Amino acid sequence: MKMARLSVRRGTGAAPARYEEFTVPFEDGATVLDALIWVRAHRDPSLAIRYSCINANVCKECTIAVDGKVVYACTTRLVADRAMTLDPLPGKRRLRDLVTETRPPRERLK
Amino acid sequence: MTHLDADVLIIGAGGAGMYAAIAAARADAERVLLLDKSLVGRGGATIMAQMTVAAALGEESDDDCGLHLADTLEAGRGLCDATLASVLCEEAPARIREMGEWQVGWARRDGGRIAQVTAPGHSRPRCCYVDFLNTGPAVAATLRRQVSRIDAIRRLSNLTVTDLVVSEGAVIGAVALDAASGEPVTIAAAATIVATGGLTRIYRRNSASANMGGDGYALALAAGAELVDMEFVQFFPIGHLAPRLVGMDPIMWDPFRYKLGGRLLDGAGNEFLARYGSDETDAYTTPRDIASHAITKEVAAGRGSPHGGVYLSFEHIPAADLRQAFGPVIERLARNGIDLARAPVEVSPIAHYHMGGIAVDARMATRVPGLYAAGEAVGGANGANRLSGNAIPEALVFGERAGRFAAAGKPAARWNASAAGQAVERIRRLAEGRSGEIAAAALLDELRALMWDDVGPLRTAAGLERALARIGEMRAALPEVAIAPGRECNASLADGFELSASLVAAEAVTRAALARRESRGAHQREDFPASNPKLAKSGLVSMEAGRVAARAGA
Repeated sequence: MKMARLSVRRGTGAAPARYEEFTVPFEDGATVLDALIWVRAHRDPSLAIRYSCINANVCKECTIAVDGKVVYACTTRLVADRAMTLDPLPGKRRLRDLVTETRPPRERLK
Repeated sequence: MTHLDADVLIIGAGGAGMYAAIAAARADAERVLLLDKSLVGRGGATIMAQMTVAAALGEESDDDCGLHLADTLEAGRGLCDATLASVLCEEAPARIREMGEWQVGWARRDGGRIAQVTAPGHSRPRCCYVDFLNTGPAVAATLRRQVSRIDAIRRLSNLTVTDLVVSEGAVIGAVALDAASGEPVTIAAAATIVATGGLTRIYRRNSASANMGGDGYALALAAGAELVDMEFVQFFPIGHLAPRLVGMDPIMWDPFRYKLGGRLLDGAGNEFLARYGSDETDAYTTPRDIASHAITKEVAAGRGSPHGGVYLSFEHIPAADLRQAFGPVIERLARNGIDLARAPVEVSPIAHYHMGGIAVDARMATRVPGLYAAGEAVGGANGANRLSGNAIPEALVFGERAGRFAAAGKPAARWNASAAGQAVERIRRLAEGRSGEIAAAALLDELRALMWDDVGPLRTAAGLERALARIGEMRAALPEVAIAPGRECNASLADGFELSASLVAAEAVTRAALARRESRGAHQREDFPASNPKLAKSGLVSMEAGRVAARAGA
């Protein structure tokens, strides 16, 4: 079976962050979000990623940086031939792993 | 610990929740609190809707609300709650015109009339839309804009309600998990509206967003409300199956079938709908329940397509017509390697909408004082099968009513912090983390497969019993589910709560399906293939001491 590799920036709040590598099954047409959901079910349930519509490209919640480029994880295709580097959205405060503070200020509890 | 006070608390900020907030503020509620476990106006089903909105506007024909109601009752196969269905059809035009005034951008004909097309099951051209495939995003954006202009509405994103708080037999508020901090939040509310949408996420093939796991049903049951028609899950017949399509909702083919027809073919390329009593010679007319049943039977008989569905072909349509109908969608399909002029796509039934839900009266009030429901979370209006186009009007009409009546009601009981104690403690305890071998996300995957295989478009007593047994084992295993450490944005903590609620919702569907010993609309029993006229009554589900029980209608 073909595999894909993800190098994911992990960390909570302002604490030091590190990259953690995950190897995931690769299927033709699969997306980066598919791979992250697989990691949560099979490798690390604590991996944090914001998403809602999963595949419809309407909610815009899963915005992250893949190989330095700002994209939606749900529409970015997974590649099998090299490791992909996943970072939280630059310029936003990191909450945890790939989740950044993208809520409008008035929608936050604090 | 954070404590919030509200006159009207609304759980879920899709179309129904946002409309409820607007209506509550209009009815002079001063403190309206609108929560979403995702982001306000972005999670939920409304924004996913690519299709049409039914309302008897009479822009294109001699339509009226009575005709819309007759079509809704016919589609519901004898099970619609006539009061709720009447409210839906009578008030849909006012809501749709109001959305027009709010600049939602309904497609219009030359001269400015709102364009209305005829979707399957409708006797008149009645269904409005926003081009191209943009109805839901436009409705959601319009409501977000309206909500943000009203000072009385406080919006909070990433708050997951884990429990309703009950005191003296009334709902007096809720306890929520604040995802960002992992801390519990208590909310006192004179009235609470459940607007959490449906449960289609508990099926393997679904068109749901992440937060459609049925938690509103679990909340309502635990608070003492009843659920109605829970066995009726709408399987949208032609959900996209293959080749893999990203960036588009899997139910996107329907509008193009309205415009162009298109042919459904089995794995060998032969038409088959006629064998199930549907004639599509002239137009796309097959109701959803019949099409889903026909496709599922073809696949079960070994006549499916390679990925376990059937083919949808537009190959016979001239390229210019395809381009006119699909517009920019042609390029989006091309980026997914799909060329409709050259090859068919594979489609399959896909869990799309839940007809069942919380039992309410015409004020959207449950039998529990202080507790209301709105939108897809409500059961009954659509009976055993929902007409295409009735979901968004249901969100808007029921949302408006729930907000208005909830704001007018008197507080049923005073806030009582000790009644929230157990729920608060549960969040605190689980947020500490818990070691274990079972991952909630993996169990959720298993539940989705189980529901698809045994409580899906074709059901038998044996399959339903098998599902019940496994759901029971999973509920029993909940205390052993692992929760990763770390309070902030702890996805595994959220998964744990989702699993717990989804199992209750799944059990409610399965027990209701077992109790209905006939086939009707979206509920198809292989062991009882015919409809029984004596069973044309809605069944109810309730919870006693944590046990889910279904009873047939009386």
